Amino acid sequence: MERFATFALVAGILFFAFGTFWQAVAPWLTLRGIPMKSMDEVAREVPPEFYMLANQYPEEFKKYFGEPNERSFKEALELGKKVYIAEACWHCHTQQVRPVSNEEFRFGRVSYPSEYANAMQLPQLLGTRRVGPDLMRESGRHSNDWHMAHFKNPPAVTPGSVMPSYPWFFDEKGRPNKKGLAMVAYMQWLGSWERKPMYALKGGE
Amino acid sequence: MERDDLVYRPLVIAHIIAALVYFGLVLLGGLAYSLQFLGKYPFPGIEFLSPGRVRMLHTNGAVYGFITNGFVAGLYWAVPRLTGYKVLNERLLGWFMFWALQAAVVATAVGLLAGFAQAVEWGETPIFVDPFVVVWLLLALVQFATPIYRHGKERSLYASNWYFIAGLIWIPMVYIMGNYFPQFFVPGIAGAAITGTWIHDAVGLYVTPIGWGLMYYFVPLLLRKPIWSHALSLLGFWGLAFFYPLQGVHHYLWSPIPMYAQYAAVFSTLALELAVVTVIVNFFMTLRGSGEVLKQSIPLRWMMIGIVNYAITCLQCAIQVLLTTQKVIHFTDWVVGHAHLIMFGVFGFWILGFFSYLWPRLMGREVYSRALDEWAFWLITIGVETMWVDLISGGLVQGFTWWGLNPWMDSVRFSIPFWFVRTITGLMIIAGFILYVYNIYMTSRKETAVAFQPQEA
Repeated sequence: MERFATFALVAGILFFAFGTFWQAVAPWLTLRGIPMKSMDEVAREVPPEFYMLANQYPEEFKKYFGEPNERSFKEALELGKKVYIAEACWHCHTQQVRPVSNEEFRFGRVSYPSEYANAMQLPQLLGTRRVGPDLMRESGRHSNDWHMAHFKNPPAVTPGSVMPSYPWFFDEKGRPNKKGLAMVAYMQWLGSWERKPMYALKGGE
Repeated sequence: MERDDLVYRPLVIAHIIAALVYFGLVLLGGLAYSLQFLGKYPFPGIEFLSPGRVRMLHTNGAVYGFITNGFVAGLYWAVPRLTGYKVLNERLLGWFMFWALQAAVVATAVGLLAGFAQAVEWGETPIFVDPFVVVWLLLALVQFATPIYRHGKERSLYASNWYFIAGLIWIPMVYIMGNYFPQFFVPGIAGAAITGTWIHDAVGLYVTPIGWGLMYYFVPLLLRKPIWSHALSLLGFWGLAFFYPLQGVHHYLWSPIPMYAQYAAVFSTLALELAVVTVIVNFFMTLRGSGEVLKQSIPLRWMMIGIVNYAITCLQCAIQVLLTTQKVIHFTDWVVGHAHLIMFGVFGFWILGFFSYLWPRLMGREVYSRALDEWAFWLITIGVETMWVDLISGGLVQGFTWWGLNPWMDSVRFSIPFWFVRTITGLMIIAGFILYVYNIYMTSRKETAVAFQPQEA
């Protein structure tokens, strides 16, 4: 029994394959039917805050993104996600409303699988710790200006906040740079599909 | 050939030094990050030292810098002595692997600080480092499995070797699964299931088997008697091998992952407790009658306290994995406390334990100061246990504040005292670590050499 091949093949390969099937492959197969949205499809629904961003910071917006439309929204979302990951925001903010602990009253509708089936959740950003609040229903909850002030100095907006400040989202004049605009666009996108009433504007219409 | 001649000592020494250097940096990173929560972050407004990035340095440095180097040091010592064969190649492959590992750790650190992290927990290693890590893991497999394979052709294998074989085969597969699939192929919820499986397997199929393999070697060696029950060793190993890979999704309970996967994860976590109990009973029955040794031998004390911590964390695991408990503690500091007790209180203690056993033997010197060793042991032990109690209590406070629909900032304000205690316990751990390292350094500087009895096995 205590042979090399037993441990290598049975424990090493067979048991690993069995466990991985039930914990990783089977959920994947179960959820396979949900169509996966590409970045282009995701960016088709531009939330109003993105247009407002172009009005509020016209010079900066023009410089970094040009016109507010589906194409520039896609660019902003991609950069926003990149920054969100690089700064490890997901270590202190979750993107998952659970059906327990009164979370649907605090944050909004409980998360469901299809809202994660898109390129913005590759890799998934469900999160691991919740020092700050959940962000899955963040869209429209705060204004663009609130977000800008918050990124610059969180305790000034939320007394007692332990969130770090992100001065590198802003240029020397204190105006948002490309990262700053992209992060606010990303915040205003998160959960925009669940907003009521659904006044998300179609790009250009 | 004498067992002593089978071990290539410079490699063991190099890995020990690397592990301790990284460990010091990991502790400083943890301290800095904890100060952010008290509004006293030492490098505010500096992009490359943003707290979020430093946190990733703390966790990744612990696993890939400290624990991996520590385990490799242990393997270079234990595997040749257990099998009677040298590892595949020391001078070429061994040193190449050593420098490749350090290069990977440094590249990871630089990549994380420069903003190239990957959004996979415990796998934040930038994607351009991942392929090299996979190659390194395959090299480690051939390096250490070769002597075990040769030995296995002659006689049946001892428990340590079971864990080493299985662990070395699991690691590359687990790493590829966790670092590539959620990143490139599987989005959203299915990706979360795979990530959970990776998070759990990184601990359960890499750190745990190698750690237990080393304990099955070192504890009987230090007690100078065989392990109590061979049957229990078998039960423990096969229980771990079967149930551990089945639990990944318990990191995402109450998420939109299909419930059958969540139930399977909860049940197999509970089932694993049985396997864990067999292992722990086995070690304590081995200790039975030799409790006096704990007074004299600090290395053994590190190891046995590590095993006690293992029992605590696993018992805690059986409680926290229940869907009911998860309602409160998920996303809170409870989980952070649990992670610290398992990664540091168990595996870190084991590594510090066999380091302090090996170092005098590697140097041919007596330990510099027994008192320093005692101080280091008690400072770190009290620090870690207090941190655990502190963080799980803080976690409960946070969880119930959320459930009670208090304003969000209540959960932050109420946590400040717990975060303050965490920083204090962190300082205790750092103080203990400084004493530990100073003792190690002074031991190697001692003038008089002593000859240690070459030990069997």
